Amino acid sequence: MLIERYIYLAIALFCIGIVGVLARRNAIIIFMCIELMLNAVNLLLVAFSKMHHAAGVGKAAAAGIDGQLFVFFIMVVAAAEVSVGLAIIVMMYRNTHSVDVNFLNRLKH
Amino acid sequence: MNAIVISAVLGVVMMFSGVLTNSKTAVRTVAIIGLLGLIVANVLDMGGYHFFNVNVKGMLSFDVFGLLFNTIAFASTWIYFLLSGRDMERVGINLAEYFALIFFVLCGIAIVSSFNSLLMLFLGIEIISIPLYILTGSDKRNLKSNEAALKYFLMGSFSTGIMLMGITLLYGVKGSFDMDVIRAGTTSLTPMITAGLLLLLFAMSFKVSAAPFHFWTPDAYDGSPTVFTSFMATIVKVAGFIAFIRLFEGCFGDVKGQWQLLAAIITAATLFIGNITAVFQQSVKRMLSYSSIAQAGFMLFALVAMNDMAKEGMIFYAAAYSLATIGIFAILLKMKDYTFEGFNGLAKRQPVLAATNTIFLLSLAGIPATAGFWAKFYMLSAAINDGKVLWLVIVGVLCAAISVYYYFRVIQAMYFKDGEPQDIETSKGFRGLLIGIAAVVVLLGIFPHWLLDQLSNFLYL
Repeated sequence: MLIERYIYLAIALFCIGIVGVLARRNAIIIFMCIELMLNAVNLLLVAFSKMHHAAGVGKAAAAGIDGQLFVFFIMVVAAAEVSVGLAIIVMMYRNTHSVDVNFLNRLKH
Repeated sequence: MNAIVISAVLGVVMMFSGVLTNSKTAVRTVAIIGLLGLIVANVLDMGGYHFFNVNVKGMLSFDVFGLLFNTIAFASTWIYFLLSGRDMERVGINLAEYFALIFFVLCGIAIVSSFNSLLMLFLGIEIISIPLYILTGSDKRNLKSNEAALKYFLMGSFSTGIMLMGITLLYGVKGSFDMDVIRAGTTSLTPMITAGLLLLLFAMSFKVSAAPFHFWTPDAYDGSPTVFTSFMATIVKVAGFIAFIRLFEGCFGDVKGQWQLLAAIITAATLFIGNITAVFQQSVKRMLSYSSIAQAGFMLFALVAMNDMAKEGMIFYAAAYSLATIGIFAILLKMKDYTFEGFNGLAKRQPVLAATNTIFLLSLAGIPATAGFWAKFYMLSAAINDGKVLWLVIVGVLCAAISVYYYFRVIQAMYFKDGEPQDIETSKGFRGLLIGIAAVVVLLGIFPHWLLDQLSNFLYL
């Protein structure tokens, strides 16, 4: 298994996420880009987990398993974040009828 | 362990208390008594009485430093409940839920002060952040509150993503999330470890609002309901620093020489931007958000120096900064006008409020005979002891001098300007409590050794 390819793929996804967060103006799309970043991390964690497992399988049967454990925690926390984040976006939409973050400039004054 | 379990249980209890009773006084009393119980349980934990024996597989380790910080954070929250508990009722009808969310935040604080695995760091930071997103947006009809919540949420989850990438890269190199394993053998920085270190540094700088990642802070603090800004700007921010220091000491303590300069540059930028921008603010609430960035710059000295003195000073700073800022916000909550003009002539109408506010502001500015002076003193002398970052000490002193300007603007408005009468209702208990906090601030300023002796007794025995 070539770990480099997984690293390149995950870094590429992560960078797409970062560029999306910085460049897009729609709150939902920004939110999707953040999820993309988290999923890039998940992918990389699973790849590393397999790598450490293959390297340490002679020493311990459960070698490298905690990377996959972490993925489940990220999924749970991401779900909690989605529920709160979408509620905030809906609340925003009710008041302004828009999810464009360019509207978010009232605090500047 | 006591604090983590009991604070989570108290959060659930508060949620049910909102269902069982409609009386706001009852809900508030339950919260205040529950938090007092939490403080007692945590102090007992320090004394060796562990109520829960859970096998955490080395993911958490409860050292005295973290437990002591918990005590200070919980005690500050208790004072915050007493001072500002009534003002939470004005935000919305879900009073019990606000208290519940604050208890969940305290649970997260107890986790980040004792994590030993990066998994727990991630969970602790998220348990702190997610309730805070809700509290920031709790004033649902107010557009500013919505905006603050959305900004805080987007920036918060963005920085979480960055932090996770850093953790993953470290895991790829070391094969474990355990801080001891990561520290062992990290004597030189390979590209992967450097990338992980930088991503973690940036993500934690986001969380503690250090420059250049501070831009969300003024908006989030200004837009959220003032009563929750008080909580976010004090206890939560200090908890972020504890996590920051614990993480970098635990994982990268051996390669400090290689990231110290970067941390020092971030510190200098934070001090500079925070103080300079605070000078130009017209609203006291916004000035206090920039002041919290400036104070964060001083707390970053502990990260740069990272010796025993810095860690003790960090605890002292946490106490001094939290007490003073909670006091100022409690007074600000009573005002209807948040601009500097709103404070005009306060001394004539409310001499107690003006006098205590003056003491808090002097403490934040670091004037001698207040706790804030010794807090800054210990931070600066920790950096001097370190010896490599003397230029940073000079920047720190200069910025402390700048900060005197905007803190004294409030004092000047209160004492030397006449303003239109603004009726402020304060109860006797509120004024008494303010005097009590001011007395503690002054006593810590005159006898700093009392708290520090307690600290060294704990740390070195």
